[in-house]
Amino acid sequence: MAATREALLESWDQPARWPWLTVSDALWTLLVLAGSGYAYSLYQSYMDGYEVAIQLGATLALIGWGRYWPPARRFTLAVTALTVLALWRYGADYELRKSAFLLKYLLESQAAFMWMSTLYVLATVTYFAALFSRSEFIGKTATALTWSATVMGMTGLLVRWRESYLLGTDIGHIPVSNLYEVFILFALITALLYLFYEDRTRTRSMGGFVLLVISGAVAFLLWYTFGRQAHHIQPLIPALQSYWMKIHVPANFVGYGAFALAAMLGVAYLLRDWAETRNPDGVLARVLPPAALLDDVMYKAIALGFAAFTIATVLGALWAAEAWGGYWSWDPKETWALIVWLNYAAWLHLRLTKGRRGTPMAWWAVIGLFVTLFAFIGVNMFLSGLHSYGSL
Amino acid sequence: MNETTACKPARRRTLGWVLLEFLGSMNLAITLLVVLAIASMIGTVLQQNQPYPDYILKFGPFWFEVFKSLDLYSVYGAGWFIAILAGLILSTGVCLYRQVPGMWREMARFRTAVDADSLRGFQQQTEWRLPGGDSGATLAAITGALRNHGYRWRIQDHGDHHVIAAMKGRYNRLGYLFTHAAIIVIGVGGLLDGDLWLKLKEWRGELVVETRDLSARAVPPISRLTPGAIPAFRGNVRLPEGSTANFVFLRLRDGFLVQELPFAIELKDFQVAYYDTGQPKSFVSEVLIHDQEHLGDQPLAATIRVNHPLVYRGYAIYQSDFGDGGSRLELKAWPLATARLEPVAVKGEVGGTIKVGGPTAGARSLELDDFRLFNLLPEPDAQPGDRKFRNFGPSISFKLRDAAGEAREYLNYMAPVSMEGRWFYLSGMRARPGDPFSYLHIPVDANNSPERFLRFNARLRDADGLQKWLTRPAVDSDNPDFQRDLIRVRLSLVGLFIQGGFMAITEKAKTVAPAERLQEATALYLNLLRETLAEVFIDTLREEGVNVEQEPGERENAFFNDALSALAALPAYGSPFYLQLTGFQQVEASGLQVTYSGGTVVVYAGFVLLILGVFLMFYTSHRRLWAWLASEDDAVRLILAGAGNRRPLEFASEFAEVRAALERRLRRPITSPSPTSSNETH
Ligand code: HEM
Repeated sequence: MAATREALLESWDQPARWPWLTVSDALWTLLVLAGSGYAYSLYQSYMDGYEVAIQLGATLALIGWGRYWPPARRFTLAVTALTVLALWRYGADYELRKSAFLLKYLLESQAAFMWMSTLYVLATVTYFAALFSRSEFIGKTATALTWSATVMGMTGLLVRWRESYLLGTDIGHIPVSNLYEVFILFALITALLYLFYEDRTRTRSMGGFVLLVISGAVAFLLWYTFGRQAHHIQPLIPALQSYWMKIHVPANFVGYGAFALAAMLGVAYLLRDWAETRNPDGVLARVLPPAALLDDVMYKAIALGFAAFTIATVLGALWAAEAWGGYWSWDPKETWALIVWLNYAAWLHLRLTKGRRGTPMAWWAVIGLFVTLFAFIGVNMFLSGLHSYGSL
Repeated sequence: MNETTACKPARRRTLGWVLLEFLGSMNLAITLLVVLAIASMIGTVLQQNQPYPDYILKFGPFWFEVFKSLDLYSVYGAGWFIAILAGLILSTGVCLYRQVPGMWREMARFRTAVDADSLRGFQQQTEWRLPGGDSGATLAAITGALRNHGYRWRIQDHGDHHVIAAMKGRYNRLGYLFTHAAIIVIGVGGLLDGDLWLKLKEWRGELVVETRDLSARAVPPISRLTPGAIPAFRGNVRLPEGSTANFVFLRLRDGFLVQELPFAIELKDFQVAYYDTGQPKSFVSEVLIHDQEHLGDQPLAATIRVNHPLVYRGYAIYQSDFGDGGSRLELKAWPLATARLEPVAVKGEVGGTIKVGGPTAGARSLELDDFRLFNLLPEPDAQPGDRKFRNFGPSISFKLRDAAGEAREYLNYMAPVSMEGRWFYLSGMRARPGDPFSYLHIPVDANNSPERFLRFNARLRDADGLQKWLTRPAVDSDNPDFQRDLIRVRLSLVGLFIQGGFMAITEKAKTVAPAERLQEATALYLNLLRETLAEVFIDTLREEGVNVEQEPGERENAFFNDALSALAALPAYGSPFYLQLTGFQQVEASGLQVTYSGGTVVVYAGFVLLILGVFLMFYTSHRRLWAWLASEDDAVRLILAGAGNRRPLEFASEFAEVRAALERRLRRPITSPSPTSSNETH
């Protein structure tokens, strides 16, 4: 019976026969498949081959995301529920946004963005309050506020997607087509990345810093909305009528979001360094996140951002090859993407091959944010080119 | 003797080694990355490939030359820029050359030659003394735990001890290989697609850039490229509807080349569609490809849209811009500066030039620049913040160039436009390109025509007729002298007004009245002028057949006021005629870009390598575990240690798991089979 003993030994430290299939995972997978299948049955006749492929990819990504990081499931469910509620309330009448209570005050995209903005700003304040009070409860509140803001923002984007179709079937498009829309995307992605690292590192001490850059984005959005009336849904110009937009732009923003997050951790790092040299027993030195943690998350964020940015740039090149007749035209936006990419490639080399850490790398990450910001909005503001996001 | 021969190869090797060391050094790589980033910025700040005169205007002749000698107008093709790129590629190549053998060994070798002390120095390590243990069972326990965690291993018997060297995730090392090979592959592919070939041909004297303004047919062979002459190009051609081209223009510096195509493109139709908001919705070219050799007599029909190019025999044809392709226009030139009323009918084509002007107007040329069928512009009557658009209908733009070469630019709308409830023919004028247009508003008469205004204007310019009409047998006057003087003043006021607008009247008043009475005098003049103009206007209406016996209506009043404004604006308008567009036959032109890029496949292969490489590098980790075990006295000494090249925290938790699994196996050996094991129950 030696075989039996062996078998038992084997199973002793082998977690499960299907380690990747727990009940909740299976449920999640089925749920996403069912939802996606239902959406497909509804909209199938409007989609071309590329769009079906994108939907399939998005479905698999969502399944993977939810299994890799369980909080994503609750998030997805909340967003889905609110979006479906909004779509149901809308029916086919865009004008209801002005009259139906539920839409006007909560779920109409503009209302949802206002909720998002408010909640992000509140979350920022709350995270700092949690940092200094060291209260677990306040910290949890801050996390909840960030989640709620993100749910509202994501719902707003999805509802806006639908609204663009209600405005006219030829106008409808995914809301990543202008600076206003991508700024919202930026806030959401940065927040989600942060929430991920918060969950994985089990500390909330980085929250205030990251939320600060999100609040910055919110401030810009508010100015852009009220100062420039930029929130109106605009039809797509021909250059943007491409399925590539659906994947190129979000991939880019994973990069931008991750770089922004890394830069804010860089700020925290520098602050801590400064506080420690001035007064090692002071409040700041005590409450700020530990340097090793900041350093580690900063590296991870830059690595993730770099990977996403690599994909985004490659996708951009493929799109350019289709729209402009060449995968690379040295267009200002393209060139700045390359500059951002080269910059972080240099950062990663220093860090990985030379093992550099500490304040110079933190400074570099902070400067990286300015390079990134220039690629993101500066190019649109100051330089002209083929990219059609338009000027401010 | 001996010494030198021994030294030579050594020195050679040293020199090469130093060079290699330098080229492959991390510092050089990082420096080049940063330098390339900074150099790339230049071309985004300084607009590239603009016509040279624009640069001269911007920088002045001195800096223009300086920047030109630095190749700043086409940075990305400049020698020094290519050199940086090449440096980076070379450096990466050298780096690969030097690293790959090591990486390869690292991937393949298990490293069973470790000693206990070095293992004790690892961050992740544990040591056990297992009393009564035997090495065989311990080895089995270790390999079992390793297998369950996905490790592969080698066991080496060193006589007095055993070493188990295990690893997993070695493909991580391929990440380095892939990313860096990708840089080289993409670089080489990009080079193949660049204008290197043109430069090479130029340098060999086989090609000369054409800088004259010639039609494609007239370009001499030295500036032409036959199909396949270069493996990659990007060219443009503008095709009017109904025309065919079998060539494209390649722009190079301040000139161009003609690249011939092995087929011809015929533009059947070009269409622009708009959204309700006025933004363009689609640009669509319907084309026919003629290719006797491959298609025979049956041309290939295709639709080209933005984002939807046509790829034919490896040539990709894109929708890149559009314009007018020589629309045929019917025009009426209404004299503005003379007493003559009859318009001159003119026919022309967009892109053409017409000689105009006789003795009165002076010789001028009329250049018909553009015709537009739609003009979706922001609603002029909209509330602020309201984003409404209105279609202003067809328009023409043209230039009037005088003998000295000075030109004014005009933009005339065909149909009247309603503004604040009144209708006008609009004509914009600007004296300098880039300035905003200032508009002449010609009021529209009851027949929807500019004629009443033009007749009124002609009457005012007929000094003789006007004098006669003013001195028509008047009601008996007590003071004929005064009457005569008054008529003279009225005539001269009208004359001043049509030459210089209201300004001329106030200027005149300044010359006759002292400062303290200036206001009074001006008011007097203006009243007199207005009265006179009103009389002439009413007479013009009478001529037209309008019943003028009653008080003029509100519409006539409004017309009169608008006419005065237009008359006052005429002196600045600067054209001796008003050019009315009366008919057209639109011919559109589509701007097509044709590219051929042999390097695309190479570059795309590089993209795949790059993405694979980056993910392998970041998201896999090459992990090694070692177990060192030796029998000592009545026990077994066991050291477990390990390291991963990425993600130390994740590795630490994995190490802890392996250790726990191993401990379970070692500390609680199951000595007898359990009765409930699956083998027994069935
Ligand atoms: C255009 C030029 C280059 C680019 C874009 C580039 C890009 C990268 C990237 C993205 C990484 C991944 C970072 C990581 O996760 O390890 C990396 C790593 C690395 N690069 Fe480069 N690289 C370039 C040139 C060079 C050169 C010239 C060298 C030689 C000195 C070099 C040596 C290395 C080394 C040794 C690593 C770390 C490999 C490892 O630790 O597994 N790179 N490079």
